[in-house]
Amino acid sequence: MILDYFRFSISTFGGRKLRTALTILGIFIGIAAVVSLISLGQGMQNAVDEQFEMLGSNRITVTPGGGDMSSPMTTGLVAAKLSDHDVEVIRKVKGVDHAIGVLVRTAKIEYRGKSRYTMLFASSTDSKSIKFIENIDYFMLEEGRYPKESEKYKASVAIDTGNSLFDREIKRGEKITVNDRNLEVIAITKKTGNPVHDTKVTVPLDTARDLFGIEDEELSLIFVETSAGFMPADVAENIEDALRKDHRVKIGEEDFTVATAEQLIASFKGMLGMVQVFLVGIAFISLLVGGVGIMNTMYTSVLERTREIGIMKSIGARNIDVMAIFVIESGLLGLVGGVVGVVMGYAIGKAAEMIAVASGVTILKVFYSAELIIGALLFSFVIGSLSGMFPAIEASRKNPVDSLRYRR
Amino acid sequence: MILYENHGIYELLDDSKLFIVSDIGDAMKKKIPVIEVRNVEKIYKMGDVEVPALDGVDIVINRGEFVAIMGPSGSGKSTAMNMVGCLDVPTKGKVFLDGHDISQLGESELAQIRGKKIGFIFQTFNLINSISAIENVELPMIFQGVSKDERMEIAKKLLSLVDLGDRMEHKPTEMSGGQQQRVAVARALANDPEVILADEPTGNLDSRTGEEIIGLIGKLHKEGKTIIMVTHDEDIAKHAQRIIRLKDGKVV
Ligand SMILES: Nc1ncnc2c1ncn2[C@@H]1O[C@H](COP(=O)(O)OP(=O)(O)OP(=O)(O)O)[C@@H](O)[C@H]1O
Ligand SMILES: [Mg+2]
Repeated sequence: MILDYFRFSISTFGGRKLRTALTILGIFIGIAAVVSLISLGQGMQNAVDEQFEMLGSNRITVTPGGGDMSSPMTTGLVAAKLSDHDVEVIRKVKGVDHAIGVLVRTAKIEYRGKSRYTMLFASSTDSKSIKFIENIDYFMLEEGRYPKESEKYKASVAIDTGNSLFDREIKRGEKITVNDRNLEVIAITKKTGNPVHDTKVTVPLDTARDLFGIEDEELSLIFVETSAGFMPADVAENIEDALRKDHRVKIGEEDFTVATAEQLIASFKGMLGMVQVFLVGIAFISLLVGGVGIMNTMYTSVLERTREIGIMKSIGARNIDVMAIFVIESGLLGLVGGVVGVVMGYAIGKAAEMIAVASGVTILKVFYSAELIIGALLFSFVIGSLSGMFPAIEASRKNPVDSLRYRR
Repeated sequence: MILYENHGIYELLDDSKLFIVSDIGDAMKKKIPVIEVRNVEKIYKMGDVEVPALDGVDIVINRGEFVAIMGPSGSGKSTAMNMVGCLDVPTKGKVFLDGHDISQLGESELAQIRGKKIGFIFQTFNLINSISAIENVELPMIFQGVSKDERMEIAKKLLSLVDLGDRMEHKPTEMSGGQQQRVAVARALANDPEVILADEPTGNLDSRTGEEIIGLIGKLHKEGKTIIMVTHDEDIAKHAQRIIRLKDGKVV
């Protein structure tokens, strides 16, 4: 019987195509927003996971600046600094296998007469540091080798640096100019999917300090690798203790932040999650508005079809039947909106992914879970039904005689 | 007090109704009252004004009868039909259908009775315009929980019966008045009701088409249906076996 009501409801939409379309607009915008935001968000979370996997789970990063304000995103915004001395301190900490300091700057690169800005990474060139850096996914080499300590004016570029900045592949042996100094490219780093790392230039630390005229021993961050058999979290605590002692600061007043890969993931995801909750919240409000739209349409429909209600009652429809018909009808309005919304949301997500890929972020894959799609459809049906509840109750309570006499 | 006696007999026989219907001849069957309206008053309240639409009406209609109800406009004909058809309940008095006092029944039971025992034919056809003829005929069966296959079969048979076998998928808006009224007749028969209530079934039709519909209704009567028909037209009323005249809410 319920199935018959579904069929009956569907057949009544035909005569009111425009209104049906306008009504579902409210729902489908909301559902499209929810689906695209959640699937994009899920895709981003996955990308973050992947990124930190590349960093390595037994790695710890130390960044300048303390407290909650500090995260890899705020690096460079804080006044506190790390130095070579900190690297020395960390290298002596129990459980630390090796540590290297990295300097990150935006640099002007010239190549074949054109100049472009890109990120420049610099780290020490002693053999242990090179070995260490070659094992970090972001710095793995596609071809060539990192410059030795004696090779001051040699650099490496990422696989896409040439193509995306200069529309031309930069080959080993060619020259690039960084801050007016000629450097020979002797290595190419592997593709990572992260546009920052895929268009970077890497130079020896001393060279970078020269190029930027940095007098002190400033570093942007320190990478630490833990020794086998030590928990990264424990080692991170040891490092904190050592740096606190060295900087003479109390707990809670640190001018540095030590984070394991796991902690970094958590803080990143937390931030992503907050943004997502906020956006999805807005999308939900638009769904509620869509629900009000359905309610409005249903009230109009109930009034318009007063006579139809009278007819149905005269041929044996009980109040509950009339109510079911109207609830199902509004539920279907919601569901149709939901279906259109899911399709639209899917398309928007895919479009966002394509834009991301076009701008180099190949690691972002929108993630559509079955739960998300089924949930969105169910939710749109439920919101439609709930919105139709009051109009349906009103419809069911109509007196059959008066309804039959009703004239528009 | 014939009413009382009739009712008494009916009550006595009620338990073995099936037995009676199948084994007692036509003559006996006619005396079984299917509808009894006893001293019914219906008062509509229009703000502070009370409009007495029915003012102490007594009507008995026996099984298999064809009765016409006549009377001037506003005399309470439609109101009386609504009482008989369980669409409305009296302000005072009682209405018995098959011996059951319908004024005691709740909304859903009344709806069930309307669906099963009564078929309505209206002056304005009252079809649902957004669905096809066959779906209109199916609708009363949906409310009785008849399966899709059975519904289709019955609806097709009924539409063929009213000569619309080739118009089943048409919407009411694509049909003439006469065709629409024939769909309405088919719909009224969907659940094989005992009683057909027709409130001015020819009121919106030209006389020729009207005659066709009356012919159809006459045929139903011959097949054993109890028919109550409201009409203004003396010629049409002649088709009935008996005429009940109302004036100012009273039988005259
Ligand atoms: N729902 C209602 N509310 C108020 N008054 C009503 C209602 N229905 C009927 N009436 C009044 O009750 C009286 C009887 O109405 P009814 O419709 O039964 O007359 P009728 O004999 O069918 O008339 P017609 O031949 O014009 O169809 C009229 O005075 C009418 O105005
Ligand atoms: Mg009338």
